[in-house]
Amino acid sequence: MLPLGASSNASTYDALFKVLFSIGTVLFLGIVILLVYSLFRFRRRSGDTGDGLAIEGNLPLEIVWTAIPAIVVLFVGLYSYDIYERMGGMATLNDHMTMDHAAMQQVSIKEGDLAGRVWGGIGVAGMDAVPGGPVLPIEVTAMQFAFIFHYPGADITSGELHVPTGQQVELRMEARDVIHAFWVPQFRLKQDVIPGQPTVLSFTATRAGTYPIICAELCGPYHGGMRSNVVVHEPEAYANWLQQNTPNRTTA
Amino acid sequence: MTLANPSDFNGNLQPQGWLRYFSFSLDHKVIGLQYLVCGFIFYLIGGALAGVIRTELVSPISDFVSRETYNEVLTLHGTVMIFLWIVPVVNGAFGNYLIPFYVGARDMAFPRLNAVAFWLIPPAGILLISSYFIAGAAAQSGWTAYPPLSLTTPAAGQVVWILSVLLLGGSSIFGGINFIATILKLRRPGLKLMMLPMYCWAMLGTSILVVLSTPVLAGTLILLSFDIIAHTGFFNPTMGGNVVVYQHLFWFYSHPAVYIMVLPAFGLVSEILPIHARKPLFGYTTMVYSIMAIVFLGLIVWAHHMFTSGTPPWMRLFFTIATSFIAVPTGIKFFNWLATLWGGKIALNSAMLFSCAFIVNFVFGGITGVALAQVPFDIHVHDTYFVVGHFHYIVYGGTVFVIFGSLYHWYPKFTGRLLNEDLGRLHFLLTFIGFNLCFAPQHWLGLNGMPRRVAEYDPAFTTLNQVSSVGALLMAISTLPLLINIVVTAINGKEAGDNPWNALTPEWLTSSPPPVENWHGDAPLVTEPYGYGQHPELKA
Repeated sequence: MLPLGASSNASTYDALFKVLFSIGTVLFLGIVILLVYSLFRFRRRSGDTGDGLAIEGNLPLEIVWTAIPAIVVLFVGLYSYDIYERMGGMATLNDHMTMDHAAMQQVSIKEGDLAGRVWGGIGVAGMDAVPGGPVLPIEVTAMQFAFIFHYPGADITSGELHVPTGQQVELRMEARDVIHAFWVPQFRLKQDVIPGQPTVLSFTATRAGTYPIICAELCGPYHGGMRSNVVVHEPEAYANWLQQNTPNRTTA
Repeated sequence: MTLANPSDFNGNLQPQGWLRYFSFSLDHKVIGLQYLVCGFIFYLIGGALAGVIRTELVSPISDFVSRETYNEVLTLHGTVMIFLWIVPVVNGAFGNYLIPFYVGARDMAFPRLNAVAFWLIPPAGILLISSYFIAGAAAQSGWTAYPPLSLTTPAAGQVVWILSVLLLGGSSIFGGINFIATILKLRRPGLKLMMLPMYCWAMLGTSILVVLSTPVLAGTLILLSFDIIAHTGFFNPTMGGNVVVYQHLFWFYSHPAVYIMVLPAFGLVSEILPIHARKPLFGYTTMVYSIMAIVFLGLIVWAHHMFTSGTPPWMRLFFTIATSFIAVPTGIKFFNWLATLWGGKIALNSAMLFSCAFIVNFVFGGITGVALAQVPFDIHVHDTYFVVGHFHYIVYGGTVFVIFGSLYHWYPKFTGRLLNEDLGRLHFLLTFIGFNLCFAPQHWLGLNGMPRRVAEYDPAFTTLNQVSSVGALLMAISTLPLLINIVVTAINGKEAGDNPWNALTPEWLTSSPPPVENWHGDAPLVTEPYGYGQHPELKA
């Protein structure tokens, strides 16, 4: 039902999906079976012009089926809150901004913007973050019809996103023209990229490979063609890629 | 009560015969049918636009229409289906036709306003469609018209789109005011609120939503048009505007709009099921409270359309919880309908087949809706084909199925003739199979990586897209038995008599079709519109 999972969020997400899918299937099949059974059992026989039973209601029964959906949505809501927290949704942005203050200062987005105005934040994978070094900040610029990735630490600019496994990546995103959305189905994460409004998306990749980056917000005629790739490397391979592509190293 | 008496206005000044359907008639029944036929014509147009979309998506590359045209088509498809087919028909057509009967009046509270509300629709629709031909390019930014995209696509088409939607919104507000006034103020003496047929409650709730939320959409679109025409900066980020504010304002209307499309359908189903199951509507009082709970909750859930827009955590949580809880009153209604069927004597005619299929489709769409309300789930599937599948299960599988069921149910009231049942069942079968074939696979496509509103996609998704397109073709074919049925019935239809379903709701207690002033004499006082099984003397 779902594509391969390649981020630390994916397994959390897939667990939620399994629960929602199971509850949904039971409810749906239960109601459909009840409906079809009623239609068959209580079908009108030919020649019968009488009425059915004059039952206008039944308070205990109605209380029961007010309670059933209430309990189900309460359970689903609490469970998905737990999932949301595990995906880092409740981590306030200022918290994780201060985690890597040094890295942030190298970023071209002004600090003033980041302090109060950055939105987003899901996917920081707070509890699930794989320990393995500091946060890797990458600047993302979205425009009609491409994503551009800039690595502030290494001064690399790329049309493809390259990240290592096991390290938390923080995408600091802003759009140049219209609203776009950054989506990697294998990461189970999506965040709109908005002009005039920086947004942040964090993730920790767990599985090496090449996955599609898809623009998920209608952005113009070539919206369907606005795709790129994220290449997830093992840490050593990522270090190699970084070394080969860092401009000052190659010219030296 | 003079206001409710159409003879004051109609008399001999109004055209009679078929010509009255093209006139500024003040008769609520004429206006209802004007809404219905006009809406159905736009349904065919919107369906043809859907055909263009599904044809383009047969192959993974953009090869059928240009990319710009594709975006125009998807924008027009959404706008036409919502504002010119579903909202006018499920509110305007059935509301205008039925509500005066249900409250025991001779017309709506404001007959002239009623006629104005209808006659705003054809020009607005023609304006919208014609923007494709005259303005050089129709709107290309989707029915949501998010800035800054809507500020950068061809301006003329976008402005025409705004004008058209403003006219349609105005029509909707006029209708809403009229329904509220009619239901609250025009009830026949002795008819208490808790005696009203459920569709009245649904229309009261819907009209409250219309009156509260549609002006917000109108204001928002006027600001958007200032940004386009006068280069103001309300939503233009290069001038300090905020694009996310637009989304809040837009969805403050457009989420309630879902209930504006769905609540009347709930009401219509509540009328159809008891009659053909020969049982009282189960749990009348809880049904009424459920409607009002949905109205209230419907106003505070809009930001669940914006979970990826960059909303703060508390806001995501609040809207998750509020949205999830809509499942409670909605669930009550579905269980009550099932209980209405239980122990009945169910006639599985076309009206019932469509109504029962509505239950199946809507429960499916409701379950995916509760899933979508969960932020972590939504973050992955937002703006994908999963959402396209979900909302088509709600608005097509839900509301459009009910519209068809209602057509078979009330056609004898409109015309005095019964639609052919064999053609009706064929219509149902083709619609049900086509619909599920078209929209069920889209959930999988969305989960696996196909975004919505694209003319090209990953070739891995080709097969399921082709299945979906075959389903769409079946849906297109399914309108043929309906159209043939209407023609055949007009030529040689079975006479229905005044009350072919042996029903107790007030509209069946007059002749079919009804006289201009609705009743022969005074309106009957119906205190128990669902009193099946209690009044043996009324049985045929």
